[in-house]
Amino acid sequence: MTDEAAIPRFRRGVRFRFDDSRSAWIVLAPEKLFNPEGTAIEILKRVDGVRTIGVIVDDLASVFQAPRDLIAGDVVAMLDDLNAKGVVSL
Amino acid sequence: MTTSAAPPQAPVALIAEITHRCPLSCAYCSNPLELERSSNELSTAEWLSVIEQAAAMGVLHLHFTGGEPLARRDLTTMVRRAADLNLYTNLITSGVQLDDRAMGGLVAAGIDHIQLSFQDADPARADVAGGLTGGHARKLAAAHRIVAADVPLTLNFVVHRQNVDRLEAMLALAEQLGAARVEIAHVQYYGWALLNRAALLPSRAQLEAATFSVRAARARWAGRIVVDYVSPDYYATRPKACMGGWGRRAINISPSGAVLPCHAAQTLPGFTFESIKDQSLAKIWTDSESFSRFRGVAWAPEPCRSCEHLEADLGGCRCQAFALTGDSSRTDPTCALSPDHHLISEALVEAETGGQLRPRRIGARRSPAA
Repeated sequence: MTDEAAIPRFRRGVRFRFDDSRSAWIVLAPEKLFNPEGTAIEILKRVDGVRTIGVIVDDLASVFQAPRDLIAGDVVAMLDDLNAKGVVSL
Repeated sequence: MTTSAAPPQAPVALIAEITHRCPLSCAYCSNPLELERSSNELSTAEWLSVIEQAAAMGVLHLHFTGGEPLARRDLTTMVRRAADLNLYTNLITSGVQLDDRAMGGLVAAGIDHIQLSFQDADPARADVAGGLTGGHARKLAAAHRIVAADVPLTLNFVVHRQNVDRLEAMLALAEQLGAARVEIAHVQYYGWALLNRAALLPSRAQLEAATFSVRAARARWAGRIVVDYVSPDYYATRPKACMGGWGRRAINISPSGAVLPCHAAQTLPGFTFESIKDQSLAKIWTDSESFSRFRGVAWAPEPCRSCEHLEADLGGCRCQAFALTGDSSRTDPTCALSPDHHLISEALVEAETGGQLRPRRIGARRSPAA
Protein backbone atom coordinates (compact mmCIF):
# COMPACT_ATOMS: atom_id res chain seq x y z
CA MET A 1 0.00 0.00 0.00
CA THR A 2 1.39 3.35 -1.02
CA ASP A 3 2.36 5.62 1.87
CA GLU A 4 1.10 9.19 2.09
CA ALA A 5 4.70 10.26 2.69
CA ALA A 6 5.62 9.21 -0.85
CA ILE A 7 6.45 12.02 -3.27
CA PRO A 8 4.99 11.48 -6.74
CA ARG A 9 7.06 12.67 -9.69
CA PHE A 10 6.53 12.56 -13.43
CA ARG A 11 8.97 10.11 -14.94
CA ARG A 12 11.50 11.07 -17.54
CA GLY A 13 9.88 11.31 -20.94
CA VAL A 14 6.44 12.16 -19.53
CA ARG A 15 4.79 15.52 -20.15
CA PHE A 16 1.58 16.77 -18.56
CA ARG A 17 0.29 19.82 -20.35
CA PHE A 18 -2.73 21.67 -21.64
CA ASP A 19 -3.38 21.05 -25.32
CA ASP A 20 -4.70 24.26 -26.85
CA SER A 21 -5.94 22.59 -30.02
CA ARG A 22 -8.26 20.23 -28.08
CA SER A 23 -8.81 22.49 -25.06
CA ALA A 24 -7.93 19.57 -22.81
CA TRP A 25 -5.25 18.40 -20.41
CA ILE A 26 -3.12 15.58 -21.76
CA VAL A 27 -0.33 13.30 -20.58
CA LEU A 28 2.25 12.48 -23.22
CA ALA A 29 4.39 9.43 -22.50
CA PRO A 30 6.59 7.23 -24.67
CA GLU A 31 4.26 6.05 -27.46
CA LYS A 32 1.23 6.64 -25.23
CA LEU A 33 -1.33 9.36 -24.76
CA PHE A 34 -3.55 9.67 -21.70
CA ASN A 35 -6.57 11.93 -21.39
CA PRO A 36 -7.04 12.71 -17.69
CA GLU A 37 -10.40 14.07 -16.58
CA GLY A 38 -11.90 15.71 -13.51
CA THR A 39 -10.17 14.72 -10.29
CA ALA A 40 -7.19 13.24 -12.13
CA ILE A 41 -6.35 16.65 -13.61
CA GLU A 42 -6.51 18.28 -10.16
CA ILE A 43 -4.19 15.61 -8.74
CA LEU A 44 -1.69 15.83 -11.61
CA LYS A 45 -1.56 19.64 -11.35
CA ARG A 46 -0.19 19.14 -7.85
CA VAL A 47 2.49 16.61 -8.82
CA ASP A 48 5.68 18.68 -8.69
CA GLY A 49 8.30 16.34 -7.22
CA VAL A 50 8.14 18.28 -3.94
CA ARG A 51 4.69 17.71 -2.45
CA THR A 52 3.95 14.40 -0.74
CA ILE A 53 0.73 12.51 -1.37
CA GLY A 54 -0.40 13.63 2.09
CA VAL A 55 0.08 17.31 1.22
CA ILE A 56 -1.77 16.84 -2.08
CA VAL A 57 -4.67 15.14 -0.26
CA ASP A 58 -4.85 17.93 2.35
CA ASP A 59 -4.96 20.53 -0.39
CA LEU A 60 -7.67 18.76 -2.39
CA ALA A 61 -9.79 18.06 0.69
CA SER A 62 -9.64 21.74 1.52
CA VAL A 63 -10.27 23.08 -1.99
CA PHE A 64 -13.16 20.71 -2.72
CA GLN A 65 -14.46 20.61 0.88
CA ALA A 66 -14.66 16.82 0.74
CA PRO A 67 -13.97 14.20 3.44
CA ARG A 68 -10.21 13.65 3.65
CA ASP A 69 -10.49 9.82 3.75
CA LEU A 70 -12.48 9.77 0.55
CA ILE A 71 -9.98 12.03 -1.25
CA ALA A 72 -7.01 10.03 0.08
CA GLY A 73 -8.44 6.80 -1.31
CA ASP A 74 -8.96 8.35 -4.75
CA VAL A 75 -5.54 9.98 -4.88
CA VAL A 76 -3.63 6.87 -3.83
CA ALA A 77 -5.57 4.63 -6.22
CA MET A 78 -5.01 6.97 -9.13
CA LEU A 79 -1.31 7.49 -8.46
CA ASP A 80 -0.77 3.75 -8.01
CA ASP A 81 -2.42 3.21 -11.38
CA LEU A 82 -0.28 5.89 -13.06
CA ASN A 83 2.81 4.41 -11.43
CA ALA A 84 1.99 1.02 -12.97
CA LYS A 85 1.51 2.72 -16.34
CA GLY A 86 4.91 4.39 -16.14
CA VAL A 87 3.57 7.95 -15.90
CA VAL A 88 4.69 8.81 -12.36
CA SER A 89 7.08 7.28 -9.87
CA LEU A 90 6.32 7.10 -6.16
CA MET B 1 -18.64 5.97 -47.36
CA THR B 2 -20.05 9.43 -46.82
CA THR B 3 -18.64 12.79 -47.69
CA SER B 4 -21.16 14.78 -45.68
CA ALA B 5 -20.01 13.43 -42.28
CA ALA B 6 -18.71 15.79 -39.60
CA PRO B 7 -15.07 16.75 -40.12
CA PRO B 8 -12.72 14.22 -38.51
CA GLN B 9 -11.05 15.03 -35.24
CA ALA B 10 -7.41 16.04 -35.43
CA PRO B 11 -4.82 13.26 -35.68
CA VAL B 12 -2.78 12.65 -32.52
CA ALA B 13 0.23 11.04 -34.19
CA LEU B 14 2.37 11.57 -37.23
CA ILE B 15 4.51 8.64 -38.34
CA ALA B 16 7.32 10.01 -40.47
CA GLU B 17 8.98 7.27 -42.51
CA ILE B 18 11.81 9.51 -43.52
CA THR B 19 13.72 6.85 -45.47
CA HIS B 20 13.53 3.19 -46.40
CA ARG B 21 17.31 2.89 -46.29
CA CYS B 22 18.49 0.63 -43.48
CA PRO B 23 21.76 -1.08 -42.57
CA LEU B 24 19.77 -4.17 -41.52
CA SER B 25 17.78 -6.58 -43.68
CA CYS B 26 15.34 -8.26 -41.27
CA ALA B 27 13.10 -10.78 -42.97
CA TYR B 28 10.09 -9.54 -40.95
CA CYS B 29 10.44 -5.91 -42.03
CA SER B 30 7.07 -4.19 -42.29
CA ASN B 31 8.23 -1.93 -45.12
CA PRO B 32 6.63 -2.57 -48.49
CA LEU B 33 8.32 -5.04 -50.86
CA GLU B 34 8.93 -2.19 -53.23
CA LEU B 35 11.28 -0.04 -51.17
CA GLU B 36 11.66 3.64 -51.97
CA ARG B 37 15.05 4.69 -53.30
CA SER B 38 16.91 7.58 -51.69
CA SER B 39 16.62 9.69 -54.85
CA ASN B 40 12.83 9.80 -54.31
CA GLU B 41 12.99 10.94 -50.68
CA LEU B 42 11.48 14.24 -49.55
CA SER B 43 13.93 17.09 -48.99
CA THR B 44 14.73 18.58 -45.60
CA ALA B 45 12.58 21.61 -46.41
CA GLU B 46 9.64 19.38 -47.35
CA TRP B 47 9.88 17.42 -44.09
CA LEU B 48 10.14 20.65 -42.06
CA SER B 49 6.97 21.85 -43.75
CA VAL B 50 5.24 18.55 -42.89
CA ILE B 51 6.27 18.94 -39.25
CA GLU B 52 4.97 22.51 -39.09
CA GLN B 53 1.67 21.52 -40.70
CA ALA B 54 1.29 18.57 -38.32
CA ALA B 55 1.84 20.75 -35.25
CA ALA B 56 -0.70 23.28 -36.55
CA MET B 57 -3.27 20.48 -37.00
CA GLY B 58 -2.92 19.37 -33.37
CA VAL B 59 -0.61 16.36 -33.78
CA LEU B 60 0.99 15.49 -30.41
CA HIS B 61 3.42 12.62 -31.06
CA LEU B 62 5.91 12.64 -33.89
CA HIS B 63 7.50 9.26 -34.60
CA PHE B 64 10.64 9.27 -36.74
CA THR B 65 10.95 5.89 -38.37
CA GLY B 66 11.91 4.20 -41.62
CA GLY B 67 13.95 2.26 -42.63
CA GLU B 68 16.57 3.67 -40.37
CA PRO B 69 15.97 7.37 -39.62
CA LEU B 70 19.65 7.89 -38.74
CA ALA B 71 20.47 7.15 -42.39
CA ARG B 72 19.38 10.75 -43.01
CA ARG B 73 21.89 13.39 -41.97
CA ASP B 74 19.19 16.01 -41.44
CA LEU B 75 17.39 14.02 -38.71
CA THR B 76 18.52 16.35 -35.93
CA THR B 77 17.30 19.37 -37.92
CA MET B 78 13.86 17.78 -38.06
CA VAL B 79 13.87 16.79 -34.39
CA ARG B 80 14.84 20.32 -33.41
CA ARG B 81 12.00 21.87 -35.40
CA ALA B 82 9.52 19.41 -33.90
CA ALA B 83 10.75 20.07 -30.36
CA ASP B 84 10.53 23.83 -30.96
CA LEU B 85 6.87 23.29 -31.89
CA ASN B 86 6.22 21.35 -28.67
CA LEU B 87 5.71 18.03 -30.45
CA TYR B 88 6.69 14.90 -28.51
CA THR B 89 9.56 13.41 -30.50
CA ASN B 90 10.19 9.69 -30.66
CA LEU B 91 13.02 8.04 -32.58
CA ILE B 92 12.47 4.44 -33.69
CA THR B 93 15.93 3.14 -34.53
CA SER B 94 18.07 0.05 -35.04
CA GLY B 95 20.81 1.93 -33.18
CA VAL B 96 23.71 0.64 -35.25
CA GLN B 97 24.55 4.18 -36.41
CA LEU B 98 23.91 5.80 -33.03
CA ASP B 99 27.47 6.85 -32.22
CA ASP B 100 28.48 9.58 -29.75
CA ARG B 101 28.09 12.31 -32.36
CA ALA B 102 24.59 11.22 -33.37
CA MET B 103 23.53 10.86 -29.73
CA GLY B 104 24.89 14.32 -28.85
CA GLY B 105 23.03 15.82 -31.79
CA LEU B 106 19.73 14.22 -30.81
CA VAL B 107 19.98 15.34 -27.19
CA ALA B 108 20.85 18.89 -28.23
CA ALA B 109 17.90 18.87 -30.64
CA GLY B 110 15.52 17.87 -27.83
CA ILE B 111 14.63 14.23 -28.49
CA ASP B 112 12.03 13.00 -25.97
CA HIS B 113 12.30 9.23 -26.27
CA ILE B 114 14.15 6.52 -28.19
CA GLN B 115 12.85 3.09 -29.13
CA LEU B 116 15.78 0.80 -29.87
CA SER B 117 15.19 -2.49 -31.69
CA PHE B 118 16.95 -5.77 -30.98
CA GLN B 119 16.64 -8.87 -33.14
CA ASP B 120 17.46 -11.38 -30.40
CA ALA B 121 19.16 -11.71 -27.01
CA ASP B 122 21.80 -14.03 -28.46
CA PRO B 123 24.44 -11.91 -30.27
CA ALA B 124 25.24 -14.39 -33.04
CA ARG B 125 21.61 -15.12 -33.83
CA ALA B 126 20.78 -11.41 -33.67
CA ASP B 127 23.45 -10.62 -36.25
CA VAL B 128 22.15 -13.32 -38.56
CA ALA B 129 18.57 -12.07 -38.22
CA GLY B 130 19.58 -8.45 -38.91
CA GLY B 131 22.05 -9.42 -41.60
CA LEU B 132 24.84 -7.28 -40.13
CA THR B 133 27.93 -8.72 -38.45
CA GLY B 134 28.63 -6.82 -35.24
CA GLY B 135 25.21 -5.17 -35.34
CA HIS B 136 24.12 -6.51 -31.95
CA ALA B 137 27.26 -5.17 -30.24
CA ARG B 138 26.61 -1.73 -31.74
CA LYS B 139 23.04 -1.85 -30.42
CA LEU B 140 24.31 -2.61 -26.92
CA ALA B 141 26.64 0.39 -27.17
CA ALA B 142 23.71 2.51 -28.38
CA ALA B 143 21.60 1.44 -25.39
CA HIS B 144 24.37 2.51 -23.02
CA ARG B 145 24.66 5.89 -24.76
CA ILE B 146 20.92 6.51 -24.56
CA VAL B 147 20.76 5.67 -20.85
CA ALA B 148 23.92 7.69 -20.11
CA ALA B 149 22.33 10.68 -21.87
CA ASP B 150 19.28 10.30 -19.58
CA VAL B 151 16.90 9.84 -22.50
CA PRO B 152 14.08 7.36 -21.73
CA LEU B 153 14.71 4.09 -23.54
CA THR B 154 12.29 1.51 -24.87
CA LEU B 155 13.75 -1.80 -25.99
CA ASN B 156 11.77 -3.32 -28.83
CA PHE B 157 11.91 -7.00 -29.64
CA VAL B 158 9.99 -8.28 -32.64
CA VAL B 159 9.35 -11.92 -31.83
CA HIS B 160 8.60 -14.86 -34.10
CA ARG B 161 9.07 -18.58 -34.28
CA GLN B 162 12.85 -18.39 -34.64
CA ASN B 163 13.60 -16.19 -31.61
CA VAL B 164 10.61 -16.24 -29.26
CA ASP B 165 11.98 -19.15 -27.24
CA ARG B 166 14.61 -16.70 -25.91
CA LEU B 167 12.05 -14.19 -24.65
CA GLU B 168 13.17 -14.55 -21.01
CA ALA B 169 16.72 -13.62 -22.05
CA MET B 170 15.36 -10.64 -24.01
CA LEU B 171 13.49 -9.40 -20.94
CA ALA B 172 16.61 -9.86 -18.82
CA LEU B 173 18.64 -7.87 -21.34
CA ALA B 174 16.16 -5.01 -21.22
CA GLU B 175 16.35 -4.87 -17.44
CA GLN B 176 20.13 -5.07 -17.46
CA LEU B 177 20.41 -2.22 -20.00
CA GLY B 178 18.19 0.10 -17.94
CA ALA B 179 15.18 0.31 -20.22
CA ALA B 180 12.18 2.22 -18.90
CA ARG B 181 9.90 0.27 -21.19
CA VAL B 182 9.99 -2.97 -23.16
CA GLU B 183 7.89 -3.70 -26.18
CA ILE B 184 7.44 -7.35 -27.12
CA ALA B 185 5.80 -7.33 -30.52
CA HIS B 186 4.80 -10.46 -32.36
CA VAL B 187 5.37 -10.04 -36.08
CA GLN B 188 2.43 -8.54 -37.95
CA TYR B 189 2.15 -9.97 -41.42
CA TYR B 190 2.64 -7.19 -43.97
CA GLY B 191 5.34 -6.52 -46.53
CA TRP B 192 8.41 -8.67 -46.05
CA ALA B 193 6.90 -10.41 -43.04
CA LEU B 194 3.99 -11.69 -45.11
CA LEU B 195 6.40 -12.98 -47.72
CA ASN B 196 8.19 -14.93 -44.96
CA ARG B 197 5.12 -15.87 -42.96
CA ALA B 198 5.57 -19.63 -43.05
CA ALA B 199 8.98 -19.29 -41.42
CA LEU B 200 7.89 -16.72 -38.83
CA LEU B 201 4.49 -17.73 -37.41
CA PRO B 202 4.98 -19.09 -33.88
CA SER B 203 3.33 -22.27 -32.68
CA ARG B 204 0.46 -22.02 -30.21
CA ALA B 205 2.72 -23.42 -27.50
CA GLN B 206 5.32 -20.73 -28.22
CA LEU B 207 2.65 -18.04 -28.11
CA GLU B 208 1.34 -19.27 -24.76
CA ALA B 209 4.84 -19.41 -23.26
CA ALA B 210 5.57 -15.87 -24.50
CA THR B 211 2.33 -14.50 -23.10
CA PHE B 212 3.10 -16.14 -19.75
CA SER B 213 6.60 -14.59 -19.67
CA VAL B 214 5.23 -11.13 -20.45
CA ARG B 215 2.62 -11.37 -17.68
CA ALA B 216 5.25 -12.52 -15.19
CA ALA B 217 7.58 -9.64 -16.14
CA ARG B 218 4.75 -7.14 -15.72
CA ALA B 219 4.08 -8.42 -12.22
CA ARG B 220 7.78 -8.52 -11.34
CA TRP B 221 8.49 -5.02 -12.64
CA ALA B 222 5.25 -3.29 -11.61
CA GLY B 223 5.95 0.39 -11.05
CA ARG B 224 9.45 0.08 -12.50
CA ILE B 225 9.49 -1.06 -16.14
CA VAL B 226 6.48 -0.88 -18.44
CA VAL B 227 5.94 -3.92 -20.66
CA ASP B 228 3.83 -3.53 -23.78
CA TYR B 229 2.78 -6.59 -25.72
CA VAL B 230 1.58 -6.83 -29.31
CA SER B 231 -0.10 -10.20 -29.77
CA PRO B 232 -0.17 -12.11 -33.05
CA ASP B 233 -3.64 -11.66 -34.49
CA TYR B 234 -3.45 -14.97 -36.36
CA TYR B 235 -4.23 -16.60 -33.00
CA ALA B 236 -6.92 -14.13 -31.97
CA THR B 237 -10.65 -14.59 -32.32
CA ARG B 238 -11.36 -10.89 -32.87
CA PRO B 239 -9.26 -8.66 -35.16
CA LYS B 240 -7.23 -5.68 -33.96
CA ALA B 241 -8.66 -2.17 -34.36
CA CYS B 242 -5.79 -1.41 -36.70
CA MET B 243 -4.16 2.01 -36.16
CA GLY B 244 -7.01 2.82 -33.76
CA GLY B 245 -9.15 3.23 -36.87
CA TRP B 246 -8.53 4.25 -40.47
CA GLY B 247 -7.95 8.00 -40.63
CA ARG B 248 -8.90 8.40 -36.99
CA ARG B 249 -5.72 8.89 -34.95
CA ALA B 250 -2.62 8.74 -37.12
CA ILE B 251 -1.08 9.89 -40.37
CA ASN B 252 1.79 8.00 -41.98
CA ILE B 253 4.01 9.71 -44.53
CA SER B 254 6.15 7.61 -46.85
CA PRO B 255 9.76 8.55 -47.71
CA SER B 256 8.58 10.10 -50.99
CA GLY B 257 5.73 12.06 -49.40
CA ALA B 258 2.67 9.87 -49.93
CA VAL B 259 0.17 10.57 -47.15
CA LEU B 260 -1.23 7.28 -45.84
CA PRO B 261 -3.60 6.07 -43.12
CA CYS B 262 -0.95 3.45 -42.20
CA HIS B 263 2.41 2.23 -43.42
CA ALA B 264 0.96 -0.69 -45.37
CA ALA B 265 -1.84 1.19 -47.13
CA GLN B 266 0.27 1.94 -50.16
CA THR B 267 -0.09 -1.73 -51.13
CA LEU B 268 -3.85 -1.31 -51.63
CA PRO B 269 -5.01 -1.12 -55.24
CA GLY B 270 -7.72 1.29 -56.29
CA PHE B 271 -6.46 4.12 -54.12
CA THR B 272 -4.86 7.41 -55.01
CA PHE B 273 -2.80 8.53 -52.06
CA GLU B 274 -2.13 12.24 -52.25
CA SER B 275 1.38 13.60 -51.91
CA ILE B 276 2.50 16.23 -49.46
CA LYS B 277 4.17 17.82 -52.49
CA ASP B 278 0.78 18.61 -54.03
CA GLN B 279 -1.63 19.32 -51.17
CA SER B 280 -1.67 20.43 -47.56
CA LEU B 281 -1.67 17.79 -44.86
CA ALA B 282 -4.88 19.20 -43.37
CA LYS B 283 -6.72 19.05 -46.68
CA ILE B 284 -5.63 15.47 -47.30
CA TRP B 285 -6.67 14.42 -43.78
CA THR B 286 -10.06 16.10 -44.00
CA ASP B 287 -11.09 15.87 -47.64
CA SER B 288 -9.25 13.07 -49.43
CA GLU B 289 -11.20 10.10 -50.70
CA SER B 290 -8.42 7.79 -49.52
CA PHE B 291 -8.77 8.85 -45.87
CA SER B 292 -12.57 9.01 -46.03
CA ARG B 293 -13.16 5.61 -47.59
CA PHE B 294 -12.75 3.43 -44.49
CA ARG B 295 -13.15 6.11 -41.83
CA GLY B 296 -15.74 5.19 -39.19
CA VAL B 297 -17.89 2.08 -39.71
CA ALA B 298 -20.36 3.02 -42.45
CA TRP B 299 -18.29 1.16 -45.07
CA ALA B 300 -18.36 -2.13 -43.13
CA PRO B 301 -19.71 -5.25 -44.86
CA GLU B 302 -21.44 -8.19 -43.22
CA PRO B 303 -20.78 -9.92 -40.88
CA CYS B 304 -19.29 -6.71 -39.36
CA ARG B 305 -22.24 -4.43 -40.11
CA SER B 306 -24.60 -6.22 -37.75
CA CYS B 307 -21.91 -7.28 -35.27
CA GLU B 308 -21.84 -6.13 -31.65
CA HIS B 309 -18.01 -5.89 -31.80
CA LEU B 310 -17.88 -3.45 -34.72
CA GLU B 311 -17.31 -0.33 -32.63
CA ALA B 312 -14.49 -2.08 -30.76
CA ASP B 313 -12.50 -3.55 -33.64
CA LEU B 314 -13.79 -1.47 -36.59
CA GLY B 315 -13.74 -4.55 -38.80
CA GLY B 316 -10.01 -5.08 -38.28
CA CYS B 317 -7.22 -4.24 -40.67
CA ARG B 318 -7.94 -3.17 -44.27
CA CYS B 319 -4.46 -4.03 -45.48
CA GLN B 320 -4.67 -7.50 -43.98
CA ALA B 321 -8.08 -8.02 -45.57
CA PHE B 322 -6.58 -7.12 -48.94
CA ALA B 323 -3.37 -9.10 -48.47
CA LEU B 324 -5.28 -12.27 -47.64
CA THR B 325 -8.50 -11.99 -49.68
CA GLY B 326 -7.63 -9.54 -52.45
CA ASP B 327 -10.43 -7.19 -51.31
CA SER B 328 -9.65 -4.39 -48.84
CA SER B 329 -13.30 -3.87 -47.94
CA ARG B 330 -13.90 -7.37 -46.55
CA THR B 331 -13.92 -8.35 -42.89
CA ASP B 332 -10.38 -8.94 -41.61
CA PRO B 333 -9.92 -12.74 -41.94
CA THR B 334 -8.31 -12.93 -38.48
CA CYS B 335 -11.84 -12.55 -37.09
CA ALA B 336 -13.34 -15.95 -36.29
CA LEU B 337 -16.65 -14.64 -37.69
CA SER B 338 -15.11 -13.82 -41.08
CA PRO B 339 -16.18 -16.07 -43.98
CA ASP B 340 -12.47 -16.06 -44.94
CA HIS B 341 -11.21 -17.23 -41.55
CA HIS B 342 -10.10 -20.56 -43.03
CA LEU B 343 -7.21 -18.63 -44.65
CA ILE B 344 -5.80 -18.09 -41.17
CA SER B 345 -6.16 -21.74 -40.14
CA GLU B 346 -4.50 -22.74 -43.40
CA ALA B 347 -1.57 -20.36 -42.80
CA LEU B 348 -1.07 -21.84 -39.34
CA VAL B 349 -1.04 -25.35 -40.76
CA GLU B 350 1.37 -24.30 -43.52
CA ALA B 351 3.70 -22.78 -40.92
CA GLU B 352 3.98 -26.11 -39.11
CA THR B 353 6.23 -27.32 -41.92
CA GLY B 354 8.21 -24.05 -41.89
CA GLY B 355 9.62 -22.07 -44.75
CA GLN B 356 12.69 -20.24 -45.89
CA LEU B 357 13.52 -16.70 -44.79
CA ARG B 358 14.07 -14.14 -47.53
CA PRO B 359 15.83 -11.02 -46.19
CA ARG B 360 14.58 -7.63 -47.35
CA ARG B 361 16.52 -5.82 -50.04
CA ILE B 362 15.98 -2.77 -52.18
CA GLY B 363 14.99 -3.43 -55.75
CA ALA B 364 13.58 -6.92 -55.14
CA ARG B 365 10.08 -6.13 -56.51
CA ARG B 366 8.70 -9.44 -55.38
CA SER B 367 5.08 -10.36 -55.13
CA PRO B 368 3.81 -11.69 -51.79
CA ALA B 369 1.67 -14.21 -53.63
CA ALA B 370 4.65 -16.54 -54.08
